[in-house]
Amino acid sequence: MSGVAGLFGGEPLLSVRDLEVQFRTDAGSTTALRGVSLDVHPGETVAVVGESGSGKSTTAAAVLGLLAANGAVTGGEILFDGQDVVRLSPAEMSRLRGAQIGLVPQDPMSNLNPVRRVGAQIVEALEDNGVARGADAQARTVELLEEAGLPDAARRAQQYPHEFSGGMRQRALIAMGLSARPRLLVADEPTSALDVTVQRTILDGLTSLTARLGVAVLLITHDLGLAAERADTVVVMYRGEVVEKGPAREILQNPQHEYTRRLIAAAPSLASRRIAIAKETGDVEVAAQDLLAPSLGEGVTTAPVDAPAVADAGARPDAIVEVEHVTKVFKLRGRGLFSRSTDFTAVDDVSFTVPRGRTVALVGESGSGKSTVARMMLGLTEPTSGTIRFDGVDVGSGRDRAAEVTFRRRVQPIFQDPYASLDPLFTIYRTIEEPLRAHRIGTPAERRDRVHALMEDVALPTELLRRYPGELSGGQRQRVAIARALALEPELVVCDEAVSALDVVVQAQILHLLADLQSRLGLSYLFISHDLAVVRQIADVVCVMEKGRIVEQGTADAVFDEPQTEYTRTLLDAIPGRTLELGV
Amino acid sequence: MTRLILRRLALLVPTLLGLSVLLFLWVRALPGGPATALLGERATPEAVARVNELYGFDKPLIQQYVTWLGQLLQGNFGVSTRTGRPVLEEFTNRFPATIELTVVALIVAVGVAIPLGYVAARRQGRPLDHLTVVASLVGVTIPVFFLAFLLKWAFAVNLGWFPSTGRQDPTMIATHPTGFYVLDGILTREWDASWDALMHLVLPAIALGSIPLAIIARITRSSVIEVQDADYVRTARAKGLGPDRLRRRVILRNAMLPVATTIGLQVGLLLSGAVLTETVFAFPGIGSFLANAIFNLDYAVLQGFILIIAVVYALVNLVVDVSYGFIDPRTRATR
Repeated sequence: MSGVAGLFGGEPLLSVRDLEVQFRTDAGSTTALRGVSLDVHPGETVAVVGESGSGKSTTAAAVLGLLAANGAVTGGEILFDGQDVVRLSPAEMSRLRGAQIGLVPQDPMSNLNPVRRVGAQIVEALEDNGVARGADAQARTVELLEEAGLPDAARRAQQYPHEFSGGMRQRALIAMGLSARPRLLVADEPTSALDVTVQRTILDGLTSLTARLGVAVLLITHDLGLAAERADTVVVMYRGEVVEKGPAREILQNPQHEYTRRLIAAAPSLASRRIAIAKETGDVEVAAQDLLAPSLGEGVTTAPVDAPAVADAGARPDAIVEVEHVTKVFKLRGRGLFSRSTDFTAVDDVSFTVPRGRTVALVGESGSGKSTVARMMLGLTEPTSGTIRFDGVDVGSGRDRAAEVTFRRRVQPIFQDPYASLDPLFTIYRTIEEPLRAHRIGTPAERRDRVHALMEDVALPTELLRRYPGELSGGQRQRVAIARALALEPELVVCDEAVSALDVVVQAQILHLLADLQSRLGLSYLFISHDLAVVRQIADVVCVMEKGRIVEQGTADAVFDEPQTEYTRTLLDAIPGRTLELGV
Repeated sequence: MTRLILRRLALLVPTLLGLSVLLFLWVRALPGGPATALLGERATPEAVARVNELYGFDKPLIQQYVTWLGQLLQGNFGVSTRTGRPVLEEFTNRFPATIELTVVALIVAVGVAIPLGYVAARRQGRPLDHLTVVASLVGVTIPVFFLAFLLKWAFAVNLGWFPSTGRQDPTMIATHPTGFYVLDGILTREWDASWDALMHLVLPAIALGSIPLAIIARITRSSVIEVQDADYVRTARAKGLGPDRLRRRVILRNAMLPVATTIGLQVGLLLSGAVLTETVFAFPGIGSFLANAIFNLDYAVLQGFILIIAVVYALVNLVVDVSYGFIDPRTRATR
């Protein structure tokens, strides 16, 4: 865990001084890093925190000498063990990498060579770094994999990456990064692509291993909570510059820079029921751009959210969605020519309701069946048994064409990846207008007014309407996706990991926007997420799913404050920085 | 793996059956007939009728097809109306020449294309890359027979660096145990015969290999460009992998999958291109024989040769499919 910076006196192992990095693009060069300075002492863990585009990953790449081809160090120096690595030849740098400076990359799915056995990929690293050869290297590889916490390492070493789970791959990458016993390990978002519970065990393993080996760690992360929990020193970066650095706890409890405060406010792992409480207290005048909006300070508590009390409920049922004993069984095709297919129960006897105007969250790890529930809710997949009623009408029963169209209007999805869910060849205007046209709503002039109003709703400038998705940031795209979903004035919005692909600060903005829209338009949300911290900010009711079943459901406060099952507790414990105190 | 191969071989049966029907109808749809082709325009109707009766062309189509298929299943491909020799014998006499030509053309194409594509990709946007892209475009656009004539005119007729026709100097006395002339020379230690055969192959192989070369180079280039930016390439560099292993084990190996597919498909192109190339260089392979068979409406030869070529093509592509498993473990059928 964290220590005191003073512990690591003496000469720094890595000293970045006034680093400037530029990238050449078609539009001229852009400066990605400006005057970045930081020190890492032997054995110390330094976390670099910031959103994407802050320059944290560029800093890591510069230290490794692995900047993209159009990038170059244009000023300052990177002293590793007193030697300026910027001035090293490619061959000298290649010798330094692996042997002296290791890397644990971000995405375990894409960072292993898919066509070579996992073991062989470590063996070749050992050989090229001159650590061991042949049979020695093989034996060492198994030791390294064991050390990184991979069970049954000898057999696993003979397998290919596609036969590994995400967590196993990340262990292999950790073993690889540490294989030549480097003195500095650059860990670039080492767990952000993993499930929360896996994240925690991997991080624990990494922390204890590097501590035991005395390896200094440069931890790159977007999550301030994680940084504070794992690092001795935290460096906060914003738009290519270091805005604040110091001992982890000090930064967290007494942030000096405005951006650090925003980051703390936005960090999902540190957040409490900010939005939900704001909603309850009627303090929902949340300007979507305002990151610090309804800042509550400590000690604010309100009554837990309970029975929905929405004004317009009238004679209609209180619940907009009723899911009763829904089960979904998939047939898995057998491997061979004649082998029989086997059944896989993705969703197992799931029941819950979504109260009108409220948010119900389904949380769980990958494979828990939450996305299958979302697909059934959207009418994209038929349940094997059980019923889903939308506003009292069975979703699964054979609807005619007209009923189908009406249903589609009233239920809209927002998906995870704003990069993939917008047609790259459509302008923003066409993207948002499309559902209106598809449902033949309004005249062209009316549709134009509606699109402009929607842009206002999601706090986007109308100038963007002529642009293409490729020209927008991730947050802007997700706002477009929300505008598109709202175009048909739906009653239920199914958000399938709608903020998971976004940076923390942007995530907070989108969550505020969703909360704001809900209170203004009376929307109901089914919010699917693996991220409990995010769920806590937005959900009224939480259903925890594990292996296709709902293992626990209740109000957000009940689930978070008094979890009833072991599984929920594990999930909650896995949120990094949960026990840390805030300084906002 | 075995199961995959067996299944693919089983699938070959209906494919070939369908092809045999199409082929049978197609050669008979050609204007004229074998008898007219054999006897000339001014043959008497009686002579034509006698020839037709001799080869059974007077029978109903269905009966002809069934007879042909029945014979085929017993390994009898019929007799060439032009040479009077069994089709299978004509084929086996000439096929080694075509295989030799195709293999050398493929070696030229792959041997030049993969390094060229790789180097172009690594120097993306620089002069060499642009040159490669333009040259490969030209390579794809030039008709094979035109390039063949051009090469023959420049390097054989004018410069005299290479022989212009045939497989071997006709004055040379050499024994041919296998029919693969280059190989024969090596086996019998008649080195000059081997060398002479190889020299005869150079121009036809370049002409024949030009289009596959251009296509494979382009595919290699784009595949390498895609792979070299992959996360695992960066990670491989970060773990200190040397440039040699990085190139061979990480970049090239991953870039090879689309290239292997392309190479398999090029074999079809090579066999059809061989018809033109062999004709230009008077190269005695199946290509030039097939060209003659078309002019003479030699039904049995057309049907037999094309059917065998189809089998070869299918088998080559089966080999390519099996090779995916070696290149990419994710595609292995059974585990």
